[in-house]
Amino acid sequence: MCRAVGSGTTAESASDTGDDGVKPPPFAYHAPRTEEEALATLGALGEDGKVLAGGQSLIPLLNMRLAAPPALVDLARLETLDRIAVTDTHVRVEARVTHERLRRDERVAAAVPLLRQALDWVAHPVIRNRGTSVGSIAHADPAAELPAVLALLGGWMQLRSVEGERTVEAGDYLLGPLESDTRPGELVVAATFPRPGVRTGTAFEELARRHGDYAMAGVGVRVTLDADHHVGDASAAFIGVGGTAIQVELTEVLRGQPYDALDKAEAIGLARASIDPTADIHATAGYRRHLAGVLLGRALETAVRHAAGQAPPDSGSAPEGPGPTESAAPGSAAPGSAATESAPTGHASGGYREETA
Amino acid sequence: MSTTDHAATATTSPGGTPSGTDVEVVVTVNGVPRSATVPARRLLSDFLRHDLRLTGTHVGCEHGVCGACTVLLDGAPVRSCLAFAVSIHGREITTIEGLAADDGTLHPVQQAFQDEHGLQCGYCTPGFVMSACGFLADEPAPDDQTIREGMSGNLCRCTGYAGILAAVKQAAGALRTTGADPRAKHDPAAGGQR
Repeated sequence: MCRAVGSGTTAESASDTGDDGVKPPPFAYHAPRTEEEALATLGALGEDGKVLAGGQSLIPLLNMRLAAPPALVDLARLETLDRIAVTDTHVRVEARVTHERLRRDERVAAAVPLLRQALDWVAHPVIRNRGTSVGSIAHADPAAELPAVLALLGGWMQLRSVEGERTVEAGDYLLGPLESDTRPGELVVAATFPRPGVRTGTAFEELARRHGDYAMAGVGVRVTLDADHHVGDASAAFIGVGGTAIQVELTEVLRGQPYDALDKAEAIGLARASIDPTADIHATAGYRRHLAGVLLGRALETAVRHAAGQAPPDSGSAPEGPGPTESAAPGSAAPGSAATESAPTGHASGGYREETA
Repeated sequence: MSTTDHAATATTSPGGTPSGTDVEVVVTVNGVPRSATVPARRLLSDFLRHDLRLTGTHVGCEHGVCGACTVLLDGAPVRSCLAFAVSIHGREITTIEGLAADDGTLHPVQQAFQDEHGLQCGYCTPGFVMSACGFLADEPAPDDQTIREGMSGNLCRCTGYAGILAAVKQAAGALRTTGADPRAKHDPAAGGQR
């Protein structure tokens, strides 16, 4: 059945529309235009329904036939769920927002610097142009960056179904490799990242054989200094070295240390004892364990300097250099203004990229 | 030649198309409205190659790693093997066929790949060229490291990349001279013709 017919177009012959050359397994296709329709469809499909957003994780699984959902519910034609809201307390990202749009948003980089710090490492620009941040968290790949960010900041996911809405904190949402607490019939509508408090610095470090590929190990760090610039609170979240993002509380081993003379040995030892890496073609478990500690040391140094206001949030070994324009200095991260929202312009034509002159 | 009987089956739910039922997809490709009736599982890469017969877009790994299938979607580079044609209904695609001028004059990025020996077997080249066009639209004056990062999503098994990186650098300079949008079809009359 034809779902859409344009005018003034030339119809091509429907040659080669059989199974030849087709990689993904067959599925029933749904393209709801409203959230209500999406929820009704997902509710009717139950276990059979799978949400398709950017597709940068799901479509490879389909192409390799590692997944064969009976039905896909594509968010491509929705006209909602595409907002980024920046408030005095948090950044809320809706389901259709791409990694690249979130990464480029200066308000986001100022409010929650860890988002851009992590998003710089997410895949390649070409993948970030399609992949969604919420979808990446819902997919729950153990090597993905954003689940670690959500865990480290104490964020939460919002899920809706025909039966209502529920909110799930990061620790309860991320259950294991490719397993999140998304129930049949539910649509993940948004992820919310709380703003870090004052004198809090963050950093993200990872290593992959090729920048943009899945990391052999990676770590996000959040450090809060006291008024004398001694460590008051510290936490790390590791990726690629366990079944899901592994959060390690470092406050006990770092508290009271001066930011410019950190003794990181105990923190690194604790981290190496807390993770559970496995071996694959790219690295042995032992190498990953070693690497995680090295990356933690680097991230801690960047984060404490960030907290102390001695370096802008984007410094350190950010992989792709500064963004289109530098974000605000750390000390001025809280604008104290009312919530602002953005939606992509030119939605009908999919013009979701915000130009940065 | 097979399924053309696409109107035979009713949908199962609002907005739904049952498995095995074809859908009509209308997109603008290189400025020209095109349509074809295809299964919902048709990848954009196969839609371009098989249904629209635009075989300049190449298919390598088909799971998003190699970048050979890169095209521009509303001006932004994307993997055409990681999108279903039906998902991009109504939007604009630019492929490698949409870059050279009507008289055959190469686009500055294509010309630079030729000048700097940025290709050997040429299989990965359409993807590299499309990635470069998207990259240079964002980064008109990239330094060497930025070029390396910007092109890191594409694989080449022949060149060792040195020629490719040099080509992107040359193209950046040529495009800055003319001020042309790297994603637009080349217009020799606008200046910058080599």
